[in-house]
Amino acid sequence: MSERIKDVFSPELRSWEEFYRNRWQYDKVVRSTHGANCTGSCSWWIYVKDGIVTWELQATDYPSFSPGIPNYEPRGCQRGISASWYLYSPLRPKFPYIRGALLDLWREAKAKYGDPVEAWKSIVENPELRNKYVKKRGMGGFRRADWDEAVEIIAASTLYTIKRYGPDRVIGFTPIPAMSMVSYASGARFLQLLGGVCLSFYDWYCDLPPASPQIWGEQTDVNESADWYNAGFIAIMGSNLNMTRTPDTHYLSEARYRGAKVVVFSPDYSQVSKYADVWVPVEQGHDAAFWMAANHVIMKEFYFEKETPYFLEYAKKYTDMPFLVKLRKDGDVYVPDRFLRASEIEKGEVLENAEWILCVIDDNGEVRIPYGSIGFRWSSIEGKWNLEMKDAVDGEEIDVKLSLMGEETVMVRFYYDEYGESIRGVPAKVVKTKEGEVVVTTVFDLLAAHLGISRGLPGDYPESYDDNKPFTPAWQEKYTKVGRRTVIKIAREWAENGEKTEGRNLAIIGPGLNHWFHNDLNYRAVITALILTGSVGKNGGGLAHYVGQEKVAPVASWAVVAFAQDWVKPPRLQNSPSFYYVHTDQWRYDRCSYIEPVDGDGLPEHTIDYNVKAVRLGWLPFYPQFNENPLKLVEEAQKEGAKSDDEVRKWIVDKLKEGKLKFAIEDPDAEENWPRIWFIWRGNAIGSSPKGHEFFLKHFVGAPNSNVMAREVAKDFVSEVVWRDAPEGKLDLIVDLNFRMDSTAVYSDIVLPAAHWYEKNDIQSTDLHTFINCLGGATSPAWEAKSDWEIFKLIAKKFSELASKHFPKPVKDVIMAPLLHDTPEELTQSDVKDWKLGQCEAIPGKTMPKLIIVERDYANLYKRFITLGPGIKTLGAHGVSWDASDIYEEILNEFPTIEWNGNRYVSLEEDVTVANIILTFAPETNGEISYRGFKNLEKKIGKPLSQIVEPYRSYRITFEDVKAQPKRIITSPVWSGNINDGRTYAPYTLNVEYEIPWRTLSGRQELYLDHPYYLAFYEMLPTFKPKISPRMLDEIEGDEGLILNFITPHGKWSIHSTYYDNLRMLTISRGGQVVWINDEDARTAGINDNDWVEVYNSNGVIVCRAVVSARVPRGMAIMYHAPERTLYIPKSKKTGRRGGVHNSVTRTRLKPILMVGGYAQFSYYFNYWGPTGVNRDTYVVVKKLRR
Amino acid sequence: MDVRAQLVMVFNLDKCLGCHTCSIACKNIWSDRRGAEYMWWNNVETKPGAGYPKFWEDQRKYKGGWVLKGNYVKLRAFGKFSTLLNIFYQPYMPKLEDYYHPWTYDYANLYNAPEADDQPVAEPVSLISGEKIDIEFGPNWDDDLSGSPLYAENDVNLDERRIISSFGKLFMFYLPRICNHCLNPACVAACPQRAIYKRGEDGIVLVDQNTCRGWRFCVSACPYKKVYYNWNTGKSEKCIFCYPRTETAQANACAHSCVGRIRYVGVILYDADRLDVALKVRDEELVEAQRRIILDPKDEMIRRAAKENGVPDSWLDAAIKSPAYALIREFEVALPLHPEFRTMPMTFYVPPLSPVLATQRIAYDVEDHEAIPDMEHLRVPVRYLSKLFSAGNEDVVVDALQKLIALRAYMRAKNLGESPDEQILRKASLDTGATERLYRLFTVASYHERYTIPSLHREYLDVAPSDERRGGRGFGIIAKPRGGL
Repeated sequence: MSERIKDVFSPELRSWEEFYRNRWQYDKVVRSTHGANCTGSCSWWIYVKDGIVTWELQATDYPSFSPGIPNYEPRGCQRGISASWYLYSPLRPKFPYIRGALLDLWREAKAKYGDPVEAWKSIVENPELRNKYVKKRGMGGFRRADWDEAVEIIAASTLYTIKRYGPDRVIGFTPIPAMSMVSYASGARFLQLLGGVCLSFYDWYCDLPPASPQIWGEQTDVNESADWYNAGFIAIMGSNLNMTRTPDTHYLSEARYRGAKVVVFSPDYSQVSKYADVWVPVEQGHDAAFWMAANHVIMKEFYFEKETPYFLEYAKKYTDMPFLVKLRKDGDVYVPDRFLRASEIEKGEVLENAEWILCVIDDNGEVRIPYGSIGFRWSSIEGKWNLEMKDAVDGEEIDVKLSLMGEETVMVRFYYDEYGESIRGVPAKVVKTKEGEVVVTTVFDLLAAHLGISRGLPGDYPESYDDNKPFTPAWQEKYTKVGRRTVIKIAREWAENGEKTEGRNLAIIGPGLNHWFHNDLNYRAVITALILTGSVGKNGGGLAHYVGQEKVAPVASWAVVAFAQDWVKPPRLQNSPSFYYVHTDQWRYDRCSYIEPVDGDGLPEHTIDYNVKAVRLGWLPFYPQFNENPLKLVEEAQKEGAKSDDEVRKWIVDKLKEGKLKFAIEDPDAEENWPRIWFIWRGNAIGSSPKGHEFFLKHFVGAPNSNVMAREVAKDFVSEVVWRDAPEGKLDLIVDLNFRMDSTAVYSDIVLPAAHWYEKNDIQSTDLHTFINCLGGATSPAWEAKSDWEIFKLIAKKFSELASKHFPKPVKDVIMAPLLHDTPEELTQSDVKDWKLGQCEAIPGKTMPKLIIVERDYANLYKRFITLGPGIKTLGAHGVSWDASDIYEEILNEFPTIEWNGNRYVSLEEDVTVANIILTFAPETNGEISYRGFKNLEKKIGKPLSQIVEPYRSYRITFEDVKAQPKRIITSPVWSGNINDGRTYAPYTLNVEYEIPWRTLSGRQELYLDHPYYLAFYEMLPTFKPKISPRMLDEIEGDEGLILNFITPHGKWSIHSTYYDNLRMLTISRGGQVVWINDEDARTAGINDNDWVEVYNSNGVIVCRAVVSARVPRGMAIMYHAPERTLYIPKSKKTGRRGGVHNSVTRTRLKPILMVGGYAQFSYYFNYWGPTGVNRDTYVVVKKLRR
Repeated sequence: MDVRAQLVMVFNLDKCLGCHTCSIACKNIWSDRRGAEYMWWNNVETKPGAGYPKFWEDQRKYKGGWVLKGNYVKLRAFGKFSTLLNIFYQPYMPKLEDYYHPWTYDYANLYNAPEADDQPVAEPVSLISGEKIDIEFGPNWDDDLSGSPLYAENDVNLDERRIISSFGKLFMFYLPRICNHCLNPACVAACPQRAIYKRGEDGIVLVDQNTCRGWRFCVSACPYKKVYYNWNTGKSEKCIFCYPRTETAQANACAHSCVGRIRYVGVILYDADRLDVALKVRDEELVEAQRRIILDPKDEMIRRAAKENGVPDSWLDAAIKSPAYALIREFEVALPLHPEFRTMPMTFYVPPLSPVLATQRIAYDVEDHEAIPDMEHLRVPVRYLSKLFSAGNEDVVVDALQKLIALRAYMRAKNLGESPDEQILRKASLDTGATERLYRLFTVASYHERYTIPSLHREYLDVAPSDERRGGRGFGIIAKPRGGL
């Protein structure tokens, strides 16, 4: 050692050390978190020094609840810890900003007309004036304004729109309530009080896995991350945990030390692959081929070559596998058809809703009708909606049979994409029905045949694993590029693990599978592998889908407050995929050649026609509803003599039948059917999520710099909609609440400075853990910023002030609403019958949408906004409800109140009270409420349940509690996981342990989906369809060069677009948007690392840098979702305009079978069911940009 | 025997997810200011890769650290003589482009841009000159690249360059780095001003911000390139092991924020008398030599010797609970980074497991393997790891990895309700007790088990009487108000 190195103790020499010690000192620490839809819901300590937020560090005080399982501390990631940068950054709007051209017009008009509503009218009704600002959106030219002026424009324009067109032309987009429930509620409450429209997000973001409602009747219900630790085998696909589940990833590495086997499926050597025992580079979009082959192996070896008792018992009890499916004769052979219903057999006649009750066969070969079908759920006789294998007619136990093997064999035609038809023998039986004899088989037998397991039966069955027929390990090689030996090995290990652990097989899954057109099929293939191994409803097992922070744990009470249902019901809630497909005119460019029914008789040709039909039949919502103002419609009906609501309804139905009144979707480009005012808060509607971003800019926003190069091709393919010239700039006003000047803000007309997450009070939940977290005000909102709640209060106040002149008295509004899941409306359409085609009567709420008449009190809207109405006295969610009238009265003494109209109400003026109301009325945070919910549910189920939550009856969480420490929720009748006694949350454990049915047709997990649309597209059984060929997409036409499949997984340096403009994240990444390509692909195109490139197709063009790495497979381009178009983007050589972002090359494509409604679990609910905004079936050309 | 206490950090690379939360935690608190913007006291590198500053490991280029010449250990670049000659010039120091040119953006343009015919954007501008620049390199430029012909393939530790472009063999893991607070710090030795010192009570190496004159010998001498020159203050700065936090028994910001729960901080005791010998062994013996100078904190003789040296009881107790001691010395799964630099670094790394190898002909097929794959099938070459963590001694790396595999195999059997094969443990020199403890440290260990940092005994160190100091804290020792009272 050098003699110069001495350890120094001397304090005198070290007094300078105070330099760094002073930096560490601070004045205050406050708990908060980030509202960024990252699903993390991490608790943070925010440090304040000299009145400035200086940094944040993760809170580490999560209560430990389960000994033997690693704790949740710390939670938080590189993005979250960068959040403090935003507070004082030059990116932050400090004041309200208004588009200069609009501000000039407004001041002039205001001076001329005095009345703000008249002033607004004078601008927007004059096309020349309107164009002056609409056609300048996104082109700079902002001017600082004051709050009064901004709020006046907003209130006046909203009132004008209601008067002229109707409240359903006022729309709002804000995503993911779970990330800040009160903030979501602010604008939503305002919109619903006035009759406006809230746009969905979970389906639009393509976070919704449609397979979940298809199989389980559930939007999404997944394991909290601590539950991964219980798994014995973890298969990860389409989910890059390091990137997207950063604070949870430690559970994966820790589960490995507990001996869990880990297999990662990812086309690139993704970050999470480092944790894998086996990395499987499956071709992107083709994971289902792997899993269908795995299912082939599992069923062949573990159901037939050896019978696995655990699997067989599980299949009988918890799945639809024993249920009977009719086989329809078609020529010489049979084809799989609908389920056999109790209504079709004699002894089932006595049952209520018999059309909605399914049948099985028992050991004696007799047809039986077990408990649990959805018909029992909505029957007046309660107690038979459970999973007991008992006959509903005689109450006897059923010795149910899974297979009809040994009965006669019939030849059934199966169909496989690209392979074609295959005739295979299936065991079947003839049963007597009221209509005569029909041939039936079980779902189990159909599945085995469909998977290609012959069991000695005749027909076109594969002979071995090496036989290249669906669905053998050899067959899948051409789709996945994964060898058959690997498939067989993994399938066996998977099944063995399932058997040994009784279902501790976990599939962690995400957008890598869900963002494809056939996302439901991708998922169904994987879920089948879980169901076959008895892994659903088990701790450490099941499907863990992590795509978006959709879980609002206290959803029942939150939905009341957010959608103002304490004052008026129902809300106008719109599925965004349909809305944007239609209103941004993407349908006009769509040839829909990729929609190919196997048996398409009578089905539409074009997606928009499917959508029109779905709206007409009440399957999906659509706003604006009609080509007339709904307020005027009721007025007119009343003028013409309609007195009661029923009469008004009849008057409207008649007008619709006569064609005198039209659904707006039938003529979406007519001026009277445009959405007009767009509120955006807590989200980046224009920059981050829009599939078909450039179409948004062109048709919806009207910005002059759209890069759309596609041709309008739909004219000859559509039959239900009016074709007219495409409008550009449908919206009159775009209002954005933001703390960043992001890609939406730059295209908005008014930008209002919103509070940062460290500057407001709010609550948060996630499905990754079972705590309620808070956002907390560390400092007041900086400069002129205000919280969302305060901002909408201001707007509401101004609105009511102006309304007292324009709407002095309450008015009537008619709401058109779809048939809803978890209500008796899910039993309305057992067949597809269209009243317009004369196939049935037009009956609102049965064969068409509901028409509900409500009252709007615009002059008192503000007072309603700030007080809690009596509508919260009874509430519920997911079909479970309870009474809380006594609690409503009690809390008048607990919280501040306001008196108006002669009544006293709890005041919602403060965000903290709003949070407390949500917590008070929710079963997850109030044990008494949970108890009441279970009490009601047990009546329906016919089995005791309230004992589950009895020990927690006095448990209650308040806002002050969660400010002090994250607090764990309790077991709730609204959710399916039992978390008593420190158990980690795993979905459907309540179903499995307490025989509670799934909310599906059979009440079981459904592998067979028998709706006519599913039969037509041959998707009744889990199957495989490859990604859409570029030939069918009309995106690459005559282009040459490097053509790549363009995928947009979630990245490392942002949460969606949030943090993409954050200097911290830009510094430790590449400083701007990049596209990742393979090194050999790059070489062929002459591209080097960090070169500027253009990435384009007919939808638009991106200009960015290239990142070159062998870790990315050939043929694929990765652009991590979602850059901001505000940063460091040069102009495109191709279009001469500013290059776009990731969604510049995508567009919206909707899958028709996801539009089905009025049919058990295929019934609409907001963010729950409907087509999704898929985006990965996209191809681009990548070319070096020569600057 | 000269027993001293040292705070040590251990990183379990098998758990690291490469998120860089640690880097931001550090930056927010310590280096978010003018002159320090390009500094990343804590950074995370993708391996194989170039790192930050670019190719810092390549001492042919940077000439950092020590070399063994006969029976002497000498700074590679500086003798006393050359120090004098080079006092105004550092020929081997990284240049700004080896780090990166720090930048921000013209964000204000998004508000201020006048109405025009296309959308305004915020262009990058230099944080040094304020001028518009193009972004060509950054502090984490080759993040997640692995198979890169520009960066990873030129990693000095990689023998077989092309393996990282084959899907069957491609691999990638992460390497977080802070200042190693070495026992034989080259920076301390190289400083002509004697501005750098190693604290006696906890071993933290600091650059005295009053004394430093910015000669930058430390920058050159540190083979890990973990001392940085602040161009604004004209002084060098580096990771301070978050002493204001550790002094108060709080984990370092990087460790606290480690969301992968890969980090462990605790006290070790070492024998400074044996340092000299340990530094002079052959490369392949370095790891073992370094282990040997770390002392058993339960040994009464050692405790007595430590006490004589002024190590307080609370520190001796902490040394017993220290996860660092357990991982480095007891289980021998944590290894030093580039011991051949001979600075005797006081941070240690548990090497990572990796997926099994595959063959890739017409289709991709993984090599046949057990449920918990064996050593020989893993993708990350032992040779590569040995160049990072054991100066080329592959046995040392194999031993550590075997323990992780044995632990997993043992726990898998338990997880599946089968009786575990203890033979597997014995082969990896483990027994059930050790395995259960190792398992606990890697999984359920709570915050306070991962970070066993005793608070500083400030009262021993203060010049002024403690009761006086209590009232005076925070009123300024360096910058007293002018004029006085």
